[in-house]
Amino acid sequence: MLKLNHLVKTYATQKAVDDISFSVKKGCIFGLLGPNGAGKSSLLRMVTGITLPDRGEIIFNNEPFLLTKHSEQIGYMPEERGLYKKMKIGEQALYLAQLKGLSKSEAQAKINFWFNRLDMQSWVNKKVEDLSKGMSQKLQFVLTVVHDPKLLILDEPFSGLDPLNSEIIKKELFELAKNGSTIIFSTHRMEQVEEICEEIVLINKGKSILQGDVKSIKEQFKLNHFKLEINDELKGFDNHIISKKGNEYILHFNNHQDANAVLNYCIHQQIKIISFQEVLPSLNEIFINQVEGSAARQFTNN
Amino acid sequence: MNKTWLIIKREYWTRVKKKSFLITTILLPVLVACLIALVTYLAAKSEQKQLIVIQDESGFFINKLDTTDESYKTIYILPNVNESKKDFLTRKDADILVHIFPFKNNQPDSVIIYKEGGVSLSAKSFISRELDNIYQIKQMQDAGINKIQIDSINKSEIAIKSYDLENNKETSSEIAMAMGYGMGFLMYIIIFIYGAGVMRGVMEEKTNRIAEVIISSVKPFQLMMGKIFGIGLVGLTQFIIWLSLMGFMFLISQIVSPEIREAMHSPIIQNPEMQEQALQQVNGEFAPIIQTILHQNWGLIIGAFLFYFLGGYFIYAAMFAAVGSLVNEDPQEAQQLTLPVSMPIIFGIIILQATIKDPNSPLAIFGSLFPLTSPIVMLGRIPYGVPTWQIITSMLLLIGGFILMTWISAKIYRTGILMYGKKPSWKEVIKWIRSS
Repeated sequence: MLKLNHLVKTYATQKAVDDISFSVKKGCIFGLLGPNGAGKSSLLRMVTGITLPDRGEIIFNNEPFLLTKHSEQIGYMPEERGLYKKMKIGEQALYLAQLKGLSKSEAQAKINFWFNRLDMQSWVNKKVEDLSKGMSQKLQFVLTVVHDPKLLILDEPFSGLDPLNSEIIKKELFELAKNGSTIIFSTHRMEQVEEICEEIVLINKGKSILQGDVKSIKEQFKLNHFKLEINDELKGFDNHIISKKGNEYILHFNNHQDANAVLNYCIHQQIKIISFQEVLPSLNEIFINQVEGSAARQFTNN
Repeated sequence: MNKTWLIIKREYWTRVKKKSFLITTILLPVLVACLIALVTYLAAKSEQKQLIVIQDESGFFINKLDTTDESYKTIYILPNVNESKKDFLTRKDADILVHIFPFKNNQPDSVIIYKEGGVSLSAKSFISRELDNIYQIKQMQDAGINKIQIDSINKSEIAIKSYDLENNKETSSEIAMAMGYGMGFLMYIIIFIYGAGVMRGVMEEKTNRIAEVIISSVKPFQLMMGKIFGIGLVGLTQFIIWLSLMGFMFLISQIVSPEIREAMHSPIIQNPEMQEQALQQVNGEFAPIIQTILHQNWGLIIGAFLFYFLGGYFIYAAMFAAVGSLVNEDPQEAQQLTLPVSMPIIFGIIILQATIKDPNSPLAIFGSLFPLTSPIVMLGRIPYGVPTWQIITSMLLLIGGFILMTWISAKIYRTGILMYGKKPSWKEVIKWIRSS
């Protein structure tokens, strides 16, 4: 569906994107992670065709990506939301949808569909300046998907949304992906990535430092930690215990025999085992682990 | 093209539907008309004659000052009235006191003019003119020139008529000057108002960050041109409405004009002789002016005005769009960045001042050919008559300048509209222009 080959983008003072390659399958929800200033927005702007890469190429559906040709198949929601404040919402939606190549009647039909779906019918004659921040986020989302884009590019789609609206948008994203849209979104909120994304790429200082599907990345970085909850004290396994909170233990085992030994002990001591499970590192931990220590991006003088 | 058209439509309708558009379009001419009426009224009101009290110790000037002047009338008091200054201050009807000292060695000595709050320039020049005149007549008489000769010297005035060599029509340089200045100045205002409108529009899109959304659908060039054309159409609409309003007002004033004239000359009406004179004066002075206005080549003037309106607007709108794309949220930045764009406009208005004095000077010709000043300067020259080759060259240069400026501006705009944060230096901007 989408393939990026060795993309490079240099701004006056720094390399914003430095040789990044990855590919995204059709219908996949793809997360682009990285700390602030890592180059996420610069990368997304190239994928939308707003800026051109200095080097490298973008392949969209097996052909080189061209804004003039493919803009109608792409929906882009920039990080900083942008709408005409003084324009009526209905007119604005119609205008933006028509700019994406829909005819007036098609556009109107789609707008009606989405406004009904997300319970926004009463907004049509309001102006954007009358909306709260969360409401205008929702509107921006609708305006991004209104023309049924094959590829959806969302820059920080959840920032500023309350949990309720977050949930609504998340549901819609799953729905869109199920119907065959490919979704790329950038974020630095890891818990959302874990919930939503199938694949991720982690970039830092313009370089890709980690990529793959979420499960295998977690496997790759697992520390062999297990959580054990029992109704009594655990004695004699001090070298395995990493932390303890009441009768809840985090244990480290190098192999499954060690783990079984602990469980055996509990069974023999008639200790009630409430739960026992492997603790995989959260993406957050992996993220911090990977990014930490690398100093923040410095400006290079040119 | 289809998308550019969508953008033009949006830019046009959102502006035309605004209340402020309605207000400026309808109310502004009304306001201007009211202002003119007010000024005329105030001027008419202040036309009450000022009373000059003359205390002539020389005795030479008594009863000799002009009594037919429109603004001043004179009375004379005896030179030996004591403390006349104090008396004068208590008089309510008198405005100016002129104290003429006795002659020394048969020569006028000095004259002092008193007035509460200082003497106005026109009063001073009236008194000085009159006194000089009277004394000159005396000198001429002393030199042996008789009264009839003096009268004929005073009345002699050589009539000067100016003709245009090309079409042998009589021209009035005052009218040409007024028209030239008026049109040039109008152009200057139009460029600033609508150019700044384009700049604000671009700034709005940039700071609202909607530019990014739109540029993922259309090319930056389409967005820029859509905005420029849309606002240009708004200007044209406004202009057409104003023209029709003016035509309408002209018609109305034609219908009610006899009443207006009567009202304006009501004090004179009581005196049939003066009324006659006043009417004659009106006809005598205004007939040639009306004729010169009618003799102007209106086809050329309106055509040229439309052309330079569009050309001047487009060339500057492109530049203002580029400037708007460079501005971040700080309005002060906008001011700084506008400077290089406003400079040529201001030069244009300076050259215009020189042009209406001497429409064929090298500076005027340069100004009317150079595309950044020609919309203002050429309009100032046209009422005087301009050689055809110059008009054609100027128009071609303007079209060329417009294309070049749009090309440069589009490059700046394309990069600037997506740049946030630090204000770019001119060096960086030049780099953007160079990069393909």
